[in-house]
Amino acid sequence: MENLQEQKSKSQQLEELLEGIWKQNPIFVMALGMCPTLAVTVSAINSLAMGLATTFVLISSCLLISIFRNIIPKEVRIAVYILIIATFVTTVDYAIQAISLTLYDALGAFIQLIVVNCIILGRAEAHASKNTPYIAVLNAVGMSIGFTFALFCIGAVREILGAGSLFGISLFGENFQPWVVMLLPPGGFIVLGCWLLFFSYLAKRRMQKLQELEKAKSKSKFKK
Amino acid sequence: MNNKTTLNLVEIRPSPHIKGPRSVENIMRRVMYMCIILAICFVLQYGMSALLSIIFVTGGSLLTEYYLCKTKTQSSGLHDYSAAITGLLLALTLPPGFPLWMGFVAGAVAIALGKGLFGGLGYNVFNPALIGRAFAQAAFPTAISTYTPSMLPNRFLEIIPSTLTLPMMAPPSLKTWLEAQQQTLTNLGNGLDAITSATPLVLWKFDFIATPYFDLFTGLYTHAMIGVSPLLVILCGLYLASQRCLNWKIPVSIILSAACLAWALHSYDPSRFATPCFTVLSGGLILGAVFMATDMASSPTTPLGMWLYGILIGFLTVMIRNFSGLPEGVMYAILFANAATPLIEKISQRRVFGTGGSDKHMRKGATYPLHPGYISREEHSAVTPEKVIMKHKPKPEDRRKPQREEQ
Repeated sequence: MENLQEQKSKSQQLEELLEGIWKQNPIFVMALGMCPTLAVTVSAINSLAMGLATTFVLISSCLLISIFRNIIPKEVRIAVYILIIATFVTTVDYAIQAISLTLYDALGAFIQLIVVNCIILGRAEAHASKNTPYIAVLNAVGMSIGFTFALFCIGAVREILGAGSLFGISLFGENFQPWVVMLLPPGGFIVLGCWLLFFSYLAKRRMQKLQELEKAKSKSKFKK
Repeated sequence: MNNKTTLNLVEIRPSPHIKGPRSVENIMRRVMYMCIILAICFVLQYGMSALLSIIFVTGGSLLTEYYLCKTKTQSSGLHDYSAAITGLLLALTLPPGFPLWMGFVAGAVAIALGKGLFGGLGYNVFNPALIGRAFAQAAFPTAISTYTPSMLPNRFLEIIPSTLTLPMMAPPSLKTWLEAQQQTLTNLGNGLDAITSATPLVLWKFDFIATPYFDLFTGLYTHAMIGVSPLLVILCGLYLASQRCLNWKIPVSIILSAACLAWALHSYDPSRFATPCFTVLSGGLILGAVFMATDMASSPTTPLGMWLYGILIGFLTVMIRNFSGLPEGVMYAILFANAATPLIEKISQRRVFGTGGSDKHMRKGATYPLHPGYISREEHSAVTPEKVIMKHKPKPEDRRKPQREEQ
């Protein structure tokens, strides 16, 4: 089994990486990890910081879990995963506190809550515990890029409309009228809903195109 | 030719042979005519700015509807007038000097979030116009509470400065403009008292100044923001109710319940709580009761449900007005009641004939063939084993009894 997995071709490896960014985007497609998504994405900076923190935890915990996957007893695997994830979360928690206290205050309890982030636990259970470290890390990288990208998309829209700026740089001048609702919880729901709508629309269109292609192929075969 | 006509005559169809002329378009067209009358009144009161505001808000909702229909995300189309009604009603609830770009956004949000996402006309859970207004209230709280006085002398010649705000920009302060208006009024010689840009509700809430009933009722008060005249709204509502485009139970129950609660509060403390008449006439209560709460998709269908729904709206309106930080509560009251509509429908559903019901009123020994617990003699004998039948086998003495009675 493992040999087979190690021999995965380069295109398959690339697919593992790209899966999380687009096709299986943790937020826009799987709709996982909604708690940090809605709570933290008030500004682009906050959402990027949250995304990077999750990225670090996801990649390192997936690596560790995938290394120890044969040693961990099945019965207590969730507890072990949580232990590993919590270790990295504590590291990130202290690191952010050391880098920027204002950012730490802005993110609040949501850094500690990465422990129970269902994306990380889901990846550990569904992917890292069944694959070699290399593949697991590739998948984790893709997933975390997808997560950070999604958070950034939501955070950017909310910051542009809610505060008239991006990364703290004012875009519309002093006389900007902020859309107060965008900085409030309803704004998070509305923007997330709009992005979900956009992604499901893209997915639908892609499916239609694929179907048309298949039809064309079958027709041409029939002609031959 | 002859053959064809005869064939048409003998066409066989299932039973509803006489169809009424009522259709969605038919009802909506009448509602829209009434909305246009209200809009004309609104423009006469506030002038050019109101006209521009109505055009932009309605344009926003129509364009959104057109786009949604084009991408086939919803079933209805532009031809059923519903988007136009939503836009017009939304414009009537916004202040006349509302920046045009915000009005456009509100109109678009009303259709997209309020109706399009739920699947189009008939599927919306909330009143779309009120969704748009609630969004505007949450997004632009200062702009939506900046009202301007009605019936200004040069309202058709100049535009309220906040109307033409550039997109994404904050509207300018109206202080100097209001002072200039006051100046022209005094120059004309009919500057009786100071212009107030506050609504009667705000005046009452924070300063306990009551506006005269006549001014409130006709909407012709010169110096304050009143909105569309309740008199006109009631007339339009009467026409629509007579045409059965809305059910009279909803507005009547809203107004009655609000008046009753206001009367109770007013008799408890007249200095703090407004009179029932003021409560009913001020703000958007009548407009909301007649045009917003009666939206067919988001209000209950059972008669009892309509009463409950109306009472809930009236109660919530008075509660929000008197016991919260907001001066006006009709919008949130109607949205709350819309959310409660499925529950109201559930509890107000009529009992289906022959099912459920209590056994209280049943006479002992009598047979109720429609009762679900009823088992006919044949069924009884079919279900139960022979022993039971044997038990009920009439004894010879019993047999004689009816014979005697017959004699």
